[in-house]
Amino acid sequence: MADPTGAAEPTDATPNVSQVEVADVHSEAEAVAALDAKVDRGEPILQVRDLTKHFPLTQGVLFKRQVGAVKAVDGISFDLYQGETLGIVGESGCGKSTVAKLLMNLERATAGEIFYKGQDISKLSGKALKAVRRNIQMIFQDPYTSLNPRMTVGDIIGEPFDIHPEVAPKGDRRRRVKELLDVVGLNPEYINRYPHQFSGGQRQRIGIARGLALNPEVIICDEPVSALDVSVQAQVINLMEGLQNEFNLSYLFIAHDLSIVRHISDRVGVMYLGKMAEIGSDEQIYEHPTHPYTQALLSAVPVPDPEAREHRERIILTGDVPSPANPPSGCRFRTRCWKAQDKCAEELPLLAIPERFKDSDTPAAHESACHFAEEKDVVNAA
Amino acid sequence: MTIIDPTDAVPAPRSGDDQKTGPLLEVRDLHVEFQTREGVVRAVNGVNYSVNSGETLAVLGESGSGKSVTAQAIMGILDMPPARIPQGEIRFYGQDMLTMSADERRKLRGARIAMIFQDALSALNPVLSVGFQLGEMFRVHQGLSRKEAKAKAIELMDRVKIPAAAARVNDYPHQFSGGMRQRIMIAMALALEPDLIIADEPTTALDVTVQAQVMDLLAELQREYRMGLILITHDLGVVADVADKIAVMYAGRIVETAPVHELYKRPAHPYTRGLLDSIPRLDQKGQDLYAIKGLPPNLLKVPSGCAFNPRCEKAQDICRTELPPLVPVTERDGAELPGRASACHFWKETIHG
Repeated sequence: MADPTGAAEPTDATPNVSQVEVADVHSEAEAVAALDAKVDRGEPILQVRDLTKHFPLTQGVLFKRQVGAVKAVDGISFDLYQGETLGIVGESGCGKSTVAKLLMNLERATAGEIFYKGQDISKLSGKALKAVRRNIQMIFQDPYTSLNPRMTVGDIIGEPFDIHPEVAPKGDRRRRVKELLDVVGLNPEYINRYPHQFSGGQRQRIGIARGLALNPEVIICDEPVSALDVSVQAQVINLMEGLQNEFNLSYLFIAHDLSIVRHISDRVGVMYLGKMAEIGSDEQIYEHPTHPYTQALLSAVPVPDPEAREHRERIILTGDVPSPANPPSGCRFRTRCWKAQDKCAEELPLLAIPERFKDSDTPAAHESACHFAEEKDVVNAA
Repeated sequence: MTIIDPTDAVPAPRSGDDQKTGPLLEVRDLHVEFQTREGVVRAVNGVNYSVNSGETLAVLGESGSGKSVTAQAIMGILDMPPARIPQGEIRFYGQDMLTMSADERRKLRGARIAMIFQDALSALNPVLSVGFQLGEMFRVHQGLSRKEAKAKAIELMDRVKIPAAAARVNDYPHQFSGGMRQRIMIAMALALEPDLIIADEPTTALDVTVQAQVMDLLAELQREYRMGLILITHDLGVVADVADKIAVMYAGRIVETAPVHELYKRPAHPYTRGLLDSIPRLDQKGQDLYAIKGLPPNLLKVPSGCAFNPRCEKAQDICRTELPPLVPVTERDGAELPGRASACHFWKETIHG
């Protein structure tokens, strides 16, 4: 078990890293017991510290040698509190889906720690990992490819019980599956149907039911509604909000649609090229963004109101996101930033509350990784 | 590859006089159906709309509403069979394209009416360089040599603001980012300066920052060339930013048409109202999202009467039996509202509260 307090100084400012309480775990049995401990509402249930994932780039067929690395996730830290929804937004290629895979332990982190209830899960394996996975479930993006076409709905939703038989005794499973179907608003009679007999929105409900089967505490949602039609999107979002209240779930909600993220999230983190650019409450991020990337992102969102289009100031960024295999030095956003100066190329801005807002009590005082952070309301700007 | 004889006169040349005689494109009572093993799918059931030069018409609808099929019928790229157009007219400068010969249509396609597809990666040929694909327009339609066509291709790539166009003209589609590929699609559509461009979800696959760039470029080029634009989308936000007028489609029919400002302020169809209420807003944090109940209908068995009736909160008995026609919408006092129409029995109640 790695001791987080003894970890090397992280590149990102993580002021509360030393506050992470690590249960002094000696045996596997104790580790499993620690997972069953209840976390109070408002306490951190998942703490991510300096998480890094580099995918090696190799050359040669027989004698592979590493020629570089795609820095998909490059040192990000955040907390997920019990019962809250943390939204993660960013463009494609910024590493948000890799974060989801790392949290699920589907990919092994290159460096960094993930604490679930104070226990580092990023290095677990075998039984201990299996026990943790029961509590962290995932809802996938594409309801068309994430369900096995040869399995019935009952088998799909019931499959988690095969892996974790302690959750539901064998004779009880069909009843549990029917209950789950009912919970997500599907007719329990549909238990013997196949995925192709359902529409996109209904399939996503099946995916949600599967995610709920093991009574998890954390659900990681990777673009759960982006493949759905507008009118169906709202149904699924409302369902997810209802389930969160009912089962006291914590969501990590990854999406590229900023409007939906605002609607569902309590706090929002903005990612750019493997780094967290800004993180704060939904009001802080949407009404008082201080990072230029967040401002550009928000101003680019088309607002469904033609009156607003004349009044809104739009910041249109030039160029594309640079390659994560060869990110710019210093601040990663500097190549597209209109404020960029020499300092930005030389010095990596840390994710911290900007100096100028430190002592003030304004909503602008939230963590932002920019040397020249200043407040600018682009959403309501007249 | 078919070589079109460039010396042949293309019908109805673009001139100032022609444009005054009527709309650039007019779709009248268009029906499209598909023969399938399960039965006949009526994808488009009597669609009417028109576009003028320099105007942007947004066709809004969910998947399966028939918006893309209508566009494909206009372009003449429907696979027939299984598709069939049992009735309807598509008039381009007053001439019905459905009665034209295949040769005549081929001359229009690309040169006068062009299309931008949604997924640029699968719409471009992966084994040909983008310069070759862009130049194909000039070689086929104008009979230019390969060298001349390549020079034109570089010019086009410059137009759509692809950096270092001359160096990248020999690159292949996979070497470009999503936004750049979409720019190449736009360049290809623009190549012969068409009168009408049909853009089928041009930015759906792109990130918001890139989407803003691409929509900006499209609007700028449209102004410059005074083209008509049909923008097919499901995104109410994109529509609000660029469209002049909107046609909302549901189950193969147009349920509402309106100028863009009017539609957002006072929708005259319960479906439009539901759509507007069900999108989360960036500038407002609401409580519960309004959700239209139920699912879009199966086109094999469209509900009788108004197709929206099983999902509509206002539905009465008449909605289940009688198909509402698309009727002009007026003010409370009977004053005309130009460009507005609704296919709802209760449009008065919907628009005037």
